[in-house]
Amino acid sequence: MHPIDQARLHLTRREFFGRTATGIGTAALAHLLSRDGLQAAATPAVSGFPGFAPKAKRVIYLFMNGGPTHVDIFDWKPKLKEMHGQPVPDSAISGKRFSTMTGAAGGKLMLAPVEPFKQHGASGATVSALMPYTAAISDELCFIKSMHTDAVNHAPAISFLLSGGQLPGRPSLGAWLSYGLGSEAENLPAFAVMTSVSKGTSCGQIFYDFYWGSGFLPSRHQGVKFRGSRDPVLYLNDPAGVEREMKRDMLDDLAKLNTQKLNDFGDPEIAARIAQYEMSFRMQTSVPELADFSNEPASVLESYGPDVREPGTFAYNCLMARRLIERGSRCVQLMHAGWDQHNSITTELYTQCKDTDRASAALVMDLKQRGLLDDTLVIWGGEFGRTPFIQGNIKERPKWGRDHHPYAFTVWMAGGGVKPGLTYGASDDLGMDAVVDKVHVHDFQATLMHLLGIDHKRLTYRFQGRDFRLTDVFGEVVKGVIA
Amino acid sequence: MAVFSHRNPLLLLAGSTALALSRLTAAEPVNFSREVLPVLSDRCFYCHGPDEKHRKADLRLDDESAAKAVGKNGAAIVPGSPEKSLIVQRMLSKDPDELMPPPEAHKDLTPAQIATLQRWIAEGAPWGKHWAFTPLVRPAVKEPGNPVDALVGATLKRDGLDFSPSADPSTLLRRASLTLTGLPPATEEMAVWLADTSPAAWEKQVDRLLASRAYGERMAWDWMEASRYADSNGYQGDSERTMWPWRDWVVKAFNRNMPWNDFTIWQLAGDLLPNATDEQKLATAFLRNHPINGEGGRIPEENRVDYVFDMTETTGTVWLGLTLNCCRCHDHKFDPLTNRDYYSLTAFFNQTPLTGQSRDGQLPPVLRIPPADEAQRLAELEKSLTEKRQSLETERKAAEARRPAWEQKLLTDAGTTKPDGQPGPDASSAEILRIAPEQRTDKQRKTLTTAWEATEPALATLSKEVGELEKRQKGMGKDGPKVMIMQDRSDVRKTFMLYHGLYNKPGEEVPTALPGFLATLPAEAPRNRLGLAQWIVSKENPLTARVTVNRFWQMLFGTGLVKSSEDFGVQSEFPVHPALLDWLAAEFRESGWNVKQLLRTILTSRTWKQSSRVTPALLERDPFNKLLARGPRFRMPSSMIRDQALAASGLLKPMDGGGPVNPYQPDGIWEETTFGNKKYSRSKGDDLHRRSLYTFWRRIVGPTMFFDTGSRLVCSVKPLRTNTPLHALATTNDITFVEAARALALATADKKEAGARVNAMFERVLGRSATAEQVAVLLSGMERHRQRFAASPDRAVKFLGEGTVVPAEPERTPELAAWTMTALTILNMDETLNLE
Repeated sequence: MHPIDQARLHLTRREFFGRTATGIGTAALAHLLSRDGLQAAATPAVSGFPGFAPKAKRVIYLFMNGGPTHVDIFDWKPKLKEMHGQPVPDSAISGKRFSTMTGAAGGKLMLAPVEPFKQHGASGATVSALMPYTAAISDELCFIKSMHTDAVNHAPAISFLLSGGQLPGRPSLGAWLSYGLGSEAENLPAFAVMTSVSKGTSCGQIFYDFYWGSGFLPSRHQGVKFRGSRDPVLYLNDPAGVEREMKRDMLDDLAKLNTQKLNDFGDPEIAARIAQYEMSFRMQTSVPELADFSNEPASVLESYGPDVREPGTFAYNCLMARRLIERGSRCVQLMHAGWDQHNSITTELYTQCKDTDRASAALVMDLKQRGLLDDTLVIWGGEFGRTPFIQGNIKERPKWGRDHHPYAFTVWMAGGGVKPGLTYGASDDLGMDAVVDKVHVHDFQATLMHLLGIDHKRLTYRFQGRDFRLTDVFGEVVKGVIA
Repeated sequence: MAVFSHRNPLLLLAGSTALALSRLTAAEPVNFSREVLPVLSDRCFYCHGPDEKHRKADLRLDDESAAKAVGKNGAAIVPGSPEKSLIVQRMLSKDPDELMPPPEAHKDLTPAQIATLQRWIAEGAPWGKHWAFTPLVRPAVKEPGNPVDALVGATLKRDGLDFSPSADPSTLLRRASLTLTGLPPATEEMAVWLADTSPAAWEKQVDRLLASRAYGERMAWDWMEASRYADSNGYQGDSERTMWPWRDWVVKAFNRNMPWNDFTIWQLAGDLLPNATDEQKLATAFLRNHPINGEGGRIPEENRVDYVFDMTETTGTVWLGLTLNCCRCHDHKFDPLTNRDYYSLTAFFNQTPLTGQSRDGQLPPVLRIPPADEAQRLAELEKSLTEKRQSLETERKAAEARRPAWEQKLLTDAGTTKPDGQPGPDASSAEILRIAPEQRTDKQRKTLTTAWEATEPALATLSKEVGELEKRQKGMGKDGPKVMIMQDRSDVRKTFMLYHGLYNKPGEEVPTALPGFLATLPAEAPRNRLGLAQWIVSKENPLTARVTVNRFWQMLFGTGLVKSSEDFGVQSEFPVHPALLDWLAAEFRESGWNVKQLLRTILTSRTWKQSSRVTPALLERDPFNKLLARGPRFRMPSSMIRDQALAASGLLKPMDGGGPVNPYQPDGIWEETTFGNKKYSRSKGDDLHRRSLYTFWRRIVGPTMFFDTGSRLVCSVKPLRTNTPLHALATTNDITFVEAARALALATADKKEAGARVNAMFERVLGRSATAEQVAVLLSGMERHRQRFAASPDRAVKFLGEGTVVPAEPERTPELAAWTMTALTILNMDETLNLE
């Protein structure tokens, strides 16, 4: 927090405890603190943000870890089919770095998409048969097919997309939003994260906590990771044998003791601590309620597919995401791992699509039916694409794979002020390079911020003597995708 | 937000600006380093600073001659004439196209800042250097007594303030114990202190704490965060490593008060010292605490370059207080540190023969740390071997006498065949015997001897025993952890500038050199890490002493005299007590880099001993306690909160170093993060209750019982101190605290009177008795808890049955359960969680 904001909080809290000393009870104090936004989970925006009317108020980022294969799913290249089995043209790969698994790409054979594509809806978006549910709602979606990035390996590329820097240590998108826009959540974190892994995947990717870290921003802005099993939040359950009334009693006593201390010592942090203990008590109720789907209509549950009832699956997390934003969370980041098809384009890719296609589409339509899509931005995409040429032996179809590819990939967005039914930008005939209306990662980030009413150049934080921002020192808003 | 509308805009300037303003009197000339340079740096250098490639309009304001040079429109700065100075004209311009800084940069100057610049130019625009880069000179202190108090007192007086009264004696000892040892004072220690009326009573206490074993463990925690210590490599796979002998070395080094210059040289270059000992080599593990990336698809050289960057940047932050990482790609935007300086500095660390192509947690060069009893075991083994060989020899001599007869019999028997027509059993030996002795091959001789020995049972047994002992001897010298250490290659690896830090985009070759603006290595100094380390602790380096005492101050007061303890560059905040910082730094260096003496000086000062109680007026005036008109109060590190609970409840078990332990952690944390590859196996017995320092640190998913810790991914020297609901969930629900509360209730069960029991708990946790109000609140709570547990006694049985320190079932009474709730309440009081 900026020192001046810190000072403002301190001074304001002081006014509060000046009053509590004269007899306002602790519960009232906690309520006041909560309503006036002087606590971690419900915090004020940085003064001046949003800087203009936002199109979106919140974000759900469906992050596809591993690098979804753009040429098999969304980026239709008939030329690839024609060239199937022929060596990649030297002109297409000269000067490019690929992962060490590919090394020198010269002579690698081109690989046709594994499933047929069709055009869908009034917008005529091309989507592979691998993604039937997404195809069916393509008129709601805005595809960007000209994404490109700087990094060629997973962790740096994911970090780059989510924090603007390839190395760990910068605040992630959600942390910036929590910091800049504050929180509307009374009982839940502003920035929540959930992870899932594709069934039976051979991929060993790890979800590093810096993917949702707060970097140098105060750590209360870091994403709170809801676990996929047991307690969604660590230490959420009371100790065995302790009932709610006992905990309530204990916290009441604690508040009395701490208020005595506050009156005696005058440290405003004590008031904040009282409020945080109260919030922890509320979260013990709000988090289990969040995860209780018993009131969801059968038709809604049905739309997300059968996995929705199984904690830890992507479908379950999608429904949790909707419930979180309904309760005021600012940013929900779902991360789904397994998209790393080095040798499984004809096998695991099918499972991967099946695990995510239906629930992603259901989430968009569920939001729409509830009138939430207008101001909720949904994003689907990974850290890079995959090579249009093969990794593996073309004669051994069950082992076909594609390697990491930073030069072109596809993401889609929905709601939150983006143009529906649009395909923006394009890669070349081979899906090798983004060529038309290229969108760099920093441009993409600038655009997200813009949709949320933030000028990406203005939301900065002073650290180690420098003003940092999500987009580093780059980024242009992509006006063409904004409704 | 109604409350905000009452705010006084002036109060919002609280912090350095307001404090600095309060000291601006017309009589005092503008201080370049404190008042001008920060403004120029913050508002102008981004475009008109040291970075040549990013410089706009060919104007630089970080260099005196360039800033004062006359161009076709005049000079940016005209000494004596603010109105003629182009920068002032542009800063005051009404034309948005002319205005500087440009409005779109959002770096607007305040009227006060412009006024200061004008006044400085009017005074002749005297140039200077950023304060932290100027030579360290000990400020004169004329007043008697502790110089810390003289210097702080002078500042307070100038601001019309005075010291707060001293904290209560019990508060003071608790503060000192936690600060220096990370543990609360034992009740007997508190009693001794309270009863001691001697004049040097306080000094005695401070010396006792500095001499305690726990001191080294407490100091080591911060050093582990600075050195990004972990027990695994990080990244995919996250293999384990065994660097803990280095951690134990750090504890011992603090405890024996190793001078900071040696502590520095050993860790940066112990291997390069003449006739380096194993201990000196072990110290260099500091540099090898970097993560190791074993991710598939990574290029080994890219990894290796990352490790070199990490060593360079960690050294830069810890000893120089400089953020070097910006300079991987370009000249620093604010500090006079160039892209070339950065790579010249990496050359010192670029000489280690380590490979980037491994996920091995014992990646060479390594040092094996033999088990403590290895030498003794080896000596014993050698002794038995010698004895056994002698017996064998004696026996052999006796047997030799029987050999000719055996040979003769063999030759005779060999002529016969067995009934089935096959050759006799010793046919081959007999054939050898027929060869003349001098013509037999070694193999033949051995075959013969073996055959003969087989007929001599005593000989055979002894021979076998000798063989086994020899095998054991050969196998020894391999046990024990291997610690990754530093070592330089025999040939010098060339170092190049790397475009944007990319391993495969080398540019110009660079020499092994210090950052040019700070110093050049003396001609006679070795061009290696030893030369660097020796310069770091030399008088020529103005930074290390300042940066180090500032970190110790931060440990004692919660915040450094320079708030950005990781950055002493031009963008850092000017210290409110610059003379104090320089006095402490000079004192530290001139005392022979004596850490305990430095801490003793501060802990015995009136400044540190002040009460941390704050009045509304003082809070309004100085919310962050920059002026030091009150004592420190801040939430303890989470590791200390855990250790305090264990110590106060009597659960804490001492540990004399060794491999890391796995205390209570909810199930599935490692498994979920590593897809089941790493299984958390909870320690048993005493290992559940060791100090937090000894907890296994898995780099990709740190221990969950802690919060606000350094990431252990990169160097971290500034504590995080957040206040979130998740912390409250941990300290009220985690079995660690629930079990400690139960132990606390059991440990005080001998107090039959309820009020006395509350007091006993308070004394163990807070070092003092409870107030009457506190006793009233806690006893009424206890009674309500007791009634609830009495209504469902099975709850009491469950509540008291979790964990490992569990009373027998008949003793799990509602009464004990209620007292445990009371103890848990005390462990969660704000006062308990704070150093105050």
